[in-house]
Amino acid sequence: MSSYLNQMLLQHEASVRVPPDWPGGYWFHWLFFTVVIIAFVLTIVMGFIYFERRALGRIQSRLGPNRTGPFGLLQPVADAIKVLLKEDIIPDKADKLVHWLAPIVAFFPVMLIFAVIPFQNGAMLVDLDIGILYIMAVSSVSTIGIFMAGWSSGNKYSLLGAMRAVASVVSYEIPLVLSIIGVILLSGSLSMNQIVIAQNIPFILLQPLGFLLFFISGCAEINRSPFDMLEADSEIVAGFHTEYSGMKFAMFYLVEYAEALAMSAIIATLFLGGWRGPVLPPWLWFIIKIFVVFFLMIWTRSTLPRVRIDQLMALAWKGLFPLALINLFITGVEVLLWPAGLPWLAVLINIVIMVVLLLLWSRFFKLGWGRVEI
Amino acid sequence: MGLAIAFWILAIVAIAGALGVVLLKNVFRAALSLILCLLAVAGLFITLSADFLAAVQILIYVGAISVLIILAIMLTREVTQGSPSGRFRIPAFIVAVLFFAVVAYAMVNTNWQIATAPPLEPTTAALAGKLFGEKGFILPLEIASVLLLAAILGAIVLVREK
Repeated sequence: MSSYLNQMLLQHEASVRVPPDWPGGYWFHWLFFTVVIIAFVLTIVMGFIYFERRALGRIQSRLGPNRTGPFGLLQPVADAIKVLLKEDIIPDKADKLVHWLAPIVAFFPVMLIFAVIPFQNGAMLVDLDIGILYIMAVSSVSTIGIFMAGWSSGNKYSLLGAMRAVASVVSYEIPLVLSIIGVILLSGSLSMNQIVIAQNIPFILLQPLGFLLFFISGCAEINRSPFDMLEADSEIVAGFHTEYSGMKFAMFYLVEYAEALAMSAIIATLFLGGWRGPVLPPWLWFIIKIFVVFFLMIWTRSTLPRVRIDQLMALAWKGLFPLALINLFITGVEVLLWPAGLPWLAVLINIVIMVVLLLLWSRFFKLGWGRVEI
Repeated sequence: MGLAIAFWILAIVAIAGALGVVLLKNVFRAALSLILCLLAVAGLFITLSADFLAAVQILIYVGAISVLIILAIMLTREVTQGSPSGRFRIPAFIVAVLFFAVVAYAMVNTNWQIATAPPLEPTTAALAGKLFGEKGFILPLEIASVLLLAAILGAIVLVREK
């Protein structure tokens, strides 16, 4: 055990650190990537909104927005202008200061996530050694913003939405983090760039179960549709942002899609090999992978009905949590067996294990049948 | 220079946040103030080159514990009026001042040893070696996890419906 660890430490120290070789050094690097990240997030979020609406339309046998601009490409712009021109209403019973701060508190952590996402080898704002841990830490602050919004609105539906948020976020954080640990075991580093460099075989093949768990709990964490309990419009109006309008509502809308983008980028980095790929330039590969992951999210959104709150908790604690523990254990054993890196044989083994486990779980864990006790 | 500026800003924010927790009438705002204080402490960890500790501080204290505190507050009625001051207001103040005096006295008079070695980089691998490696702290770590598990089981037993 300890010899293995020492070996891993050596490996880590030997791995190539990418120096910021920019003219003007530190400050130029900082300015350049800050601008790039903000532009990247805003552009891709617009792309996501268009892509989601069109893809949803296609899947639901309708056209989707196609009137504004060629192919309806200007629809997100029109939406943005509409929402920005609307009146900004603060309810009478609201806690004004907290109501005003909430969108900002929700927005900043999401932007901070992109600081450690590599767009290309070493092309990132900062290559933190604790990359993925930093992402987990920063993204957990976003919940506070949702809480502030829900509480300060002085509205029971907002409050209920915020309460549901904590239930889902706290529960799904556990399988999320446990499935990341599998990736970290394989890559031997927490740095996002090193994780990409370590993926000679994309980790989706070596960690198929981990990918599935991460995808499901990621969707729940950012409240994408099968799990969007905190804004279930048939039950609690619009959840935590019921009382928001105008610019502040636009902020929450932006946060929602920026979180989806962040989650897609993290999945692309951790499991799909990040910027690695043949022929095309690395950043293009990265963006293509982001859109592939986001398409999976749209697909699940349009296919699956919204789960009930008890089903949501049962799925987290009885379904994903044990699976994540088993996945972690199996990965640990495999890393001990093949300390030099997992061979292609492990891909086959892991896929077989995933299929067997999923079949087993679907046997004694049926979600659709009536009320599940929690 | 830069570090000193960062330290003073973070220190002032942390103390202002801590004072806010005590002085604000509105319990929800007090909880938000606590979060601000904890974030500032995480920032202080970063200025001390303890990046891992800072991330864990945010993850656990801001992401988990504060969220639970806020959840508890949301279940409370009449949050905006705050808690009415009880009979123990003045004794509690005296005890707090005494405690602060003792801690401040101890901190000022301790001869702190300052390491001359440069901060470790990267910290995670070294931490892992210390925690799980040979002659590390694997036993205390495991005992701590068993303790936490026992606490979780205890909580489940306490709240289970008979």
